[in-house]
Amino acid sequence: MARPVVELVGCTKVYGAVRAVDALDLAIFEGEFLALLGPSGCGKTTTLSLIAGFVEPTAGRILIDGEDVTGRPAHLRGLGVVFQSYALFPHLSVFENVAFGLRERRVPSAEIGRRVTDALELVHLEGLGRQRPAELSGGMQQRVALARALVYRPRVVLLDEPLAALDKKLREGMRDELRAIQRSVGITTVFVTHDQAEALGLSDRIAVMSRGRIEQLGAPREIYERPASRFVADFIGASTVLRGRAVARDLVTLAPGLTIRVAVGEALRTGEEVELAIRPERVRLAERSGEGTAEARVEGLVYQGSLTEVTARLGDGQRVLVSVTEPAPMRLAPGQLVHLHLPPEAFMVLA
Amino acid sequence: MSLRLIVLALAAFLTLPTAVVIAVSFNPTAILSFPPAGFSLRWYVNVLTYPQFQRAALNTVLVTAWAVALALPIGTLAALALERSRLRGRNLWAAALLSPLVVPGVAAGLGFLILAASLGLLRSRSVLIAAHVSLVLPFVVRSVWVSVKNLDPALERAAASLGATPWRAFRRVTLPLLRPGLFAGALFAIVVSVNEFVVSLFISNRVTEILPVAMFSYVVNYTDPTIAALSTLFILATFLAVWVADRYLGLGRVFLRH
Repeated sequence: MARPVVELVGCTKVYGAVRAVDALDLAIFEGEFLALLGPSGCGKTTTLSLIAGFVEPTAGRILIDGEDVTGRPAHLRGLGVVFQSYALFPHLSVFENVAFGLRERRVPSAEIGRRVTDALELVHLEGLGRQRPAELSGGMQQRVALARALVYRPRVVLLDEPLAALDKKLREGMRDELRAIQRSVGITTVFVTHDQAEALGLSDRIAVMSRGRIEQLGAPREIYERPASRFVADFIGASTVLRGRAVARDLVTLAPGLTIRVAVGEALRTGEEVELAIRPERVRLAERSGEGTAEARVEGLVYQGSLTEVTARLGDGQRVLVSVTEPAPMRLAPGQLVHLHLPPEAFMVLA
Repeated sequence: MSLRLIVLALAAFLTLPTAVVIAVSFNPTAILSFPPAGFSLRWYVNVLTYPQFQRAALNTVLVTAWAVALALPIGTLAALALERSRLRGRNLWAAALLSPLVVPGVAAGLGFLILAASLGLLRSRSVLIAAHVSLVLPFVVRSVWVSVKNLDPALERAAASLGATPWRAFRRVTLPLLRPGLFAGALFAIVVSVNEFVVSLFISNRVTEILPVAMFSYVVNYTDPTIAALSTLFILATFLAVWVADRYLGLGRVFLRH
């Protein structure tokens, strides 16, 4: 097991009456790409600010390489930060923006020239050193910000929604590039985002945050396939949540006459209320009723090219989302009765 | 049509006194009469050779330079504090800082006079400079404040994350970005300080008096067009300063935005 580069121990940050970060414990390991994912106001940006040293925790400690840096101001922490607004210095050239951290470290100017050139090459901005940031496109400014944060080889680089200000096409391109650059430099990275696709596609681990706490911490696949709570199931990908009562170790009754089989690893306790989640892509349309199917009425259809999103209502009134891969096995129309195949092993039990 | 006439009349009304002064300054005879009887530059020569004006001009440069040099850093820090810190009663502080704009000159002058007398500083230039600092400060605070408002706070954080101490971040990032506000503020401060009369009258003497006061003393004693010539030079200088500011700094924008 690699040792943690950054550790937050019981960190709390209170703003007035709001606990932005609430007794947070988090360890970030050497070379990993960790995403802090959550809706706005969940505390992810505050967590980043705590690591960067922009704000002081109300309680708790922050360690970098095992050393307590809790009271240490940002300029002595030696981390790299990429801001959502990029925060490029408008009065300085691209070269001077990237050189800023090296000048503060009193690196000899010949070496500055070489390292800035290398950094600009890394982000594919060769030859643009003399431009002003305002003369560059959003995507290019983003790269300058990245080069500026990487050029002095910080221990950790912190990215605050670095892709949010880019348009969709550019964002996808930058996402791949960001990952490639991070891999090639091998730098420990903390990445704040509200975009679950970004987090799933980029990170080694995801910390899903809500109300100042980490709801779940794990690899993207683990988070997606085994969400620990209803919040995580809802936030990461679409999912249907069904309420019911366990009537046997693997049977849940949603309504009289509507019992489904589930296989979730541990046995259910009979008589207990349970919440089950199932991903739309795991639900299938069946030709006829049979083992593991339930009858439902189609309510809505959203055609999306490669698939159609179907909203169907079960007999007890609970709604189920279904992703039907196109071409669909049958013609679908609102009001139509269909049989949904709900594979027992596709269910996730929510805490 | 009638609207245009009204505007025309208003413009004439506003510029007429200035026009009269400029015209009279070229009058060859030693009386302040209008229209002028001819054209002469003798009063301009008189302005430049009159010893008390020379002394007052030097005083003006001295007082204005000191006042602006002091008001710029004070005003900049005040603007930063007003915008950045979670100051209790921020509006009250802002009002206090801008209050010299609305306090009548006579009241302020009297206040400074009593203060100077009780401190035994009546003969000193320091009270005059202090008064000018307080009078130009609102202008500095206002124009720098606009620049502070336009400053992205993330820039200073970025500088800190790159290893800059707070002082270095201020020097390398904040200050350069406040430059337009500082220029505008300095320019306003110079114009206000150079033209200040009422307060200065209370707290200066023959040795320390600045040009507007010296001009007033001259008018009390003499009635030749010398004063018109000096006024014309004053108008020209002020006009040039404001024009340059508007042209190169967009002063109109600085003030209208706020």
